[in-house]
Formats: sequence, structure tokens, C-alpha cells
Amino acid sequence: MKAIVYIIAGTAFGIVMAKSEAISWFRIQEMFRFQDFHMYGIIGTAVILGALGVWLIKKYQLRDFSGNPIVFNPKEKTWTRYLLGGTFFGLGWALTGACPGPLFVNLGYGYYAILIAILGAVLGTWLYGLLRDKLPH
Amino acid sequence: MEWILQPWPWHISGFLIVVIMMFLIFLGKSFGFSSNLRTICSACGAGKTAKFFDFNWKSQVWNLLFLVGSIIGGFISYQFLSTGEPVQISERTVEDLGQLGIAPPEGLQPLEVYGMESAFSLSGFLILLIGGLLIGFGARYAGGCTSGHAISGLSNLQLPSLVAVIGFFIGGLAMTHLLFPLIFN
Repeated sequence: MKAIVYIIAGTAFGIVMAKSEAISWFRIQEMFRFQDFHMYGIIGTAVILGALGVWLIKKYQLRDFSGNPIVFNPKEKTWTRYLLGGTFFGLGWALTGACPGPLFVNLGYGYYAILIAILGAVLGTWLYGLLRDKLPH
Repeated sequence: MEWILQPWPWHISGFLIVVIMMFLIFLGKSFGFSSNLRTICSACGAGKTAKFFDFNWKSQVWNLLFLVGSIIGGFISYQFLSTGEPVQISERTVEDLGQLGIAPPEGLQPLEVYGMESAFSLSGFLILLIGGLLIGFGARYAGGCTSGHAISGLSNLQLPSLVAVIGFFIGGLAMTHLLFPLIFN
């Protein structure tokens, strides 16, 4: 396994998130108050260029580095889980000022208190697994 | 080299995120960070408690390595790529947060949420723990987080991902505008 390749990709991701301040609680507050373009610029640029990339991969039926066809799995066409789950997620995103990636980037940055939120996120995931059959999807 | 120490502009960040996403796609993987939380549960033995965690988590080790990398990336940014300047947020945000008793930025994060002193107070501890619970629960319920839905999903023009992102904003706006005045101050 090319372990080092994934570690390098993750390291690049962590640096990009930290250097563009996307890991900052203040930046997330700015976003949810519609008071600056910064976060919208990051996500918007990523979505536009990402859509272009995905379109090119599909159009030219590109293959991955190992020569296998690249397939994109469409998401299930249900709505409840996306809307409700998304809302829970958004509540936590605004409160901690971090989504799952930045939780860990912040830890590396030296904000050790975030370990409490990481513990919470693991417990929350576990809770979802326990309740999954009882929740509307 | 001076530019590398300054905060990077949004267009550079957005572009590099896509480079990383494409790199993972060409490795035969996909860009989605919160799956790691499920993998961690599974690796800790949660498969005994719920079928959802009963899968071959070792097939996801690549993503755990990506997670380890993201911690290293945060460390490198702080140690070698930072001037330690406070984050330059909008004046209006500083004012709004001031009314909630949150001081203007001195670094990237507010001490009222990320400081050790606050984390060891009951309310500070609960803010981080409950915030984390909501993130973990919500991400798995919605089947993805910002990377999986807002970036990978929207890039693939998935309507369910758009609904999830709308949910992210319903929750985020409710927390910021309705609950913050009750939680802080």
C-alpha cells in the first residue's frame, strides 16, 4: 500500500485548510452571518473547478492511475436524511466552528481543546449507528 | 517566500482543494473526510454494537492516513508557515461577536471556545462535546460532510448533496442567529 501518498495528500489538505483560515471558528461565523465572501469563495471555486474536473473525467472516460475506469456513485434519491442530518451537522459546524477535516487540522495546529469535540464527533457517529434503524431516512 | 506565510486567498485554496480531490479520484478513492469517524468507531469494536459498524474497516485505512496527514499539515502550518497574525475577519463580525462576549481575534480561534481554561469549565466542555456530537451524528445521518457533500457531491451535480448543504445552512444559521445569544453571554 502506498501509505505515504495518502499521508502527503492529507498533509497538503491540512496546510491548505489552515493557511486559507478555513479552520477558523471566526471565518465560519463570518460565513453564517453573510459578512464576508472568503468561505463562499473557497467552496464556490472548489465546486466550479471540481464540476469541470468531474465532467472532463466522464466525457473522456478517463481511467485512474491503476488503469481502472473512474466511477462516480450517485447518491440515493431520498430527502429526509439529507435535510435532517444536514441540519444536525450545521448546528455542530457553527457551534464548534469546524467540520470534520478542520477538527483534526486544529488538533495539529495546537488547539488541543478540540480533542473534546473530536471525542464528541466519534460518539455522535456511534450514536447514529445505534439509532440508524429507528431514524427516518 | 513571504507570500507563503501570509493567509492564502480563497481562489488558491479552492483550486488546491480540487487538486487534492482529483488526486484521490485518480488513486481510485473519493474525497470524504467524515467517513473516518465511522472507520474509527468500527476499529474500536463498535461492530459488536451495531451492524452499521460491522464492515471491513481496514479497506478504509487509506483515509485514516489522510486524516493523520491533515494533523501533520496543521502542525506544519503552525510551526513553519505562520506569522501568528490574528485572522482578519470583517469588522461587522467582530462587532456582532463582541455583543456575545467574544473578544476580537488574537489568533485563528476564540479563547472563549478553544482556550484550555474554557474547555475545562462545564459550559465550555459541553459546547465542544455537544458540538462534536452534532457534527458526528449529523454527518453520518446525512451521509457526508463538507468534503463529501458540499465539494465532492456538488461537483458531481448531485441533488441530494445540495439538499444536505441546504440542511448545513439551516442548522448553521439557526445556531448562529437563534442559539448563540442563549449559549454565549
